[in-house]
Amino acid sequence: MTDTTRNLFYFGCIAALLIGTGIMTSWNLAITILNFGLISAIMALGVNLQWGFAGLFNVGIMGFVALGGLATVLVAMPPVGEAWAAGGLRVITALVLGAATIVGAILAYNALPKGRMRTLGLLAILIVGFFIYRAVFDGGVQAVEAINPATTGYLGGLGLPVLLAWPVGGLLAAGAAWIIGKTALGLRSDYLAIATLGIAEIIIAILKNEDWLARGVKNVVGLPRPAPYEIDLQNSDTFVERATSLGIDPVTASTLWVKAIYAGLFTVVLLILFILAQRALHSPWGRMMRAIRDNEVAAEAMGKDVTARHLQIFVLGSAICGIAGAMMTTLDGQLTPGTYQPLRFTFLVWVMVIVGGSGNNLGAVLGGFLIWWLWVMVEPIGLWLMQVVTSGMADGFWLREHLLDSAAHMRLLTMGIVLLLVLRFSPRGLIPEK
Amino acid sequence: MDLLNAFITLSNFVLIPAIAYGSQLALGALGVTLIYGILRFSNFAHGDTMAFGTMATILITWAFQGLGISAGPLPTALLALPFGIGVCALLVLATDRGVYRFYRGQKAKPIIFVMVSLGVMFIMNGLVRFIIGPDDQRFSDGERFIISVRQFKALTGLDEGLAIKTTQGITVVTAIIVVALLFYFLNRTRTGKSMRAYSDNEDLALLSGINPERVVMVTWLIVAALATVAGVLYGLDKSFKPFVYFQLLLPIFASAIVGGLGNPLGAIAGGFTIAFSEVMITYAWKKVAGYALPDSLAPDGLAQLLSTDYKFAVSFVILLIVLLFKPTGLFAGKAV
Repeated sequence: MTDTTRNLFYFGCIAALLIGTGIMTSWNLAITILNFGLISAIMALGVNLQWGFAGLFNVGIMGFVALGGLATVLVAMPPVGEAWAAGGLRVITALVLGAATIVGAILAYNALPKGRMRTLGLLAILIVGFFIYRAVFDGGVQAVEAINPATTGYLGGLGLPVLLAWPVGGLLAAGAAWIIGKTALGLRSDYLAIATLGIAEIIIAILKNEDWLARGVKNVVGLPRPAPYEIDLQNSDTFVERATSLGIDPVTASTLWVKAIYAGLFTVVLLILFILAQRALHSPWGRMMRAIRDNEVAAEAMGKDVTARHLQIFVLGSAICGIAGAMMTTLDGQLTPGTYQPLRFTFLVWVMVIVGGSGNNLGAVLGGFLIWWLWVMVEPIGLWLMQVVTSGMADGFWLREHLLDSAAHMRLLTMGIVLLLVLRFSPRGLIPEK
Repeated sequence: MDLLNAFITLSNFVLIPAIAYGSQLALGALGVTLIYGILRFSNFAHGDTMAFGTMATILITWAFQGLGISAGPLPTALLALPFGIGVCALLVLATDRGVYRFYRGQKAKPIIFVMVSLGVMFIMNGLVRFIIGPDDQRFSDGERFIISVRQFKALTGLDEGLAIKTTQGITVVTAIIVVALLFYFLNRTRTGKSMRAYSDNEDLALLSGINPERVVMVTWLIVAALATVAGVLYGLDKSFKPFVYFQLLLPIFASAIVGGLGNPLGAIAGGFTIAFSEVMITYAWKKVAGYALPDSLAPDGLAQLLSTDYKFAVSFVILLIVLLFKPTGLFAGKAV
């Protein structure tokens, strides 16, 4: 079997799984899985860039995805005029002051000679800067959050088209990745993992607690959509006519059509990113990256700046995750910081990349679709399995109740086992690197 | 100005909680640092090993309570602790057999080990949720306070009270005993010395006839004990929730790195550094400042540097600073 037929076979299987889901349960579910599968495939591409090309271990994918989600709010929501009038400028000033403090500290660190003077000066700048920042910031935040807290209580966004949020999400994620990469790259490989784990937790904490930014756990709902609303479609005569002529109920047809529009948009993004990643992999740059991955010492001896290249690819990969995050929030139509869990957004993407085949873009995409389908299906399958296992026990028996209740936690277990098995027995994945 | 009351307030809200939390972090960081020293990878499953050991202890505690066995004024969990350690040790040894040993044989890169430990982490996490559920569990019983606020006020006649919870006392005492035992073991016994030799230079240790599998096994046993003790103490002091134990991973790693990965003394210092910074930065200083400063200088606001929601940010920032300026940590660990 040649590579091409094998790949065709794998993707044929994915199509069969989706079509099977459509026939067995509902087309609505199938196309939802497809949409999230497309987003997952993009995340997997980003992680594959970092791990497959460069061997960088990023366990903070969740944070970068969440930053992408934040971008949709900041770009697409209409600005809250009253809040801006009340304290918007003050909050922005405070943030600028805070940034200025850090920049000042860095400048001072570089300018002053090494010694006690430098330490003291640095501390003085940071402490004074912090108190000025807090003094300006707190008042502004209070003013903003006091404006109509039940519906707004935040600054709102820029009111621009939501599609613009996708690249912006990538930029935000890239910025965060740059800060992390700058500190943790060039040290032991484990440190990057620990630092990214930390930044992800902190980004989520910020999203949950800074109400002036994106309403925190009160969630931002009703994000603008790039697709028409179902209710508008159902009220449009031409649409209803076309649906009935195809023999589909207009309500079902409208949901399917909206989801199909999303699927189209996502496919375009996936194709663009995939082609770019593929070009990168086969360019001299891609070969250099793999050379660095396989032997850092040799690459360095050949005059390659290992740390700088690592930083570059780390930022790029994180940006892709940010784009995917923005797309996902657009699809959901709401930003809910409480739903970001490391299992779902970090670990699952890792399983996708490893199972699909690290170092191979096609593999990452395949893994994205396959594992996402599995992820959705594990819960009903787990419940079914538990019912089979416990069918011999009496109703109301404690073990039976407990097992049935715990079926929801099967996901953690299944994904962990899948990862360990693949790492052990097929570390190169379904579509191995050439 | 009233410095005595200021000090009592400070002790009650900052010093005592931070010492207890620091001891818990130090025990956790010791486990991470030992794995790093002997097996040479950062064990992401450590938080969930703690959760698993604690869960085993909780289940046994409930069984004891059901049987009517108790430790008088002390929490029953202390009696269950050795059994919890045993169960945790079994799981950890089984994981080593089933998972890590294969990669040791292959001499895989450390990053592969880290990844594998991530898989182990999710399996353990899943097991814990599967068995005991994702919710809060309280399992402390016995006397609640060594000295309560009211007793302290009656005793000293001061305005401010000082409360020491039994769990805080137990935490500190247990931590001291465990650390003393560990250091005695590492410095005085033959096995401990062979462990240190293996950590310093693997090839030389192998040449002098040290059995690597034995060293690894002993390490896992010690790590299981440390993780269970740390987890149970944390659970007694606060409460047991699987997700919180996963989140503890960050301060624990920060402690181990601040002290210098692979250096046990550093892990203890790092634990207290992180705990004190976290508590002091997220504490509202209004009351202490009100006592310690003249009235004219007393602050209007809460005088809180960061809200408690950001306590993880504190350990993270400390971690970043250490990585930027002194990647080997305060006590010169082995990692660069």
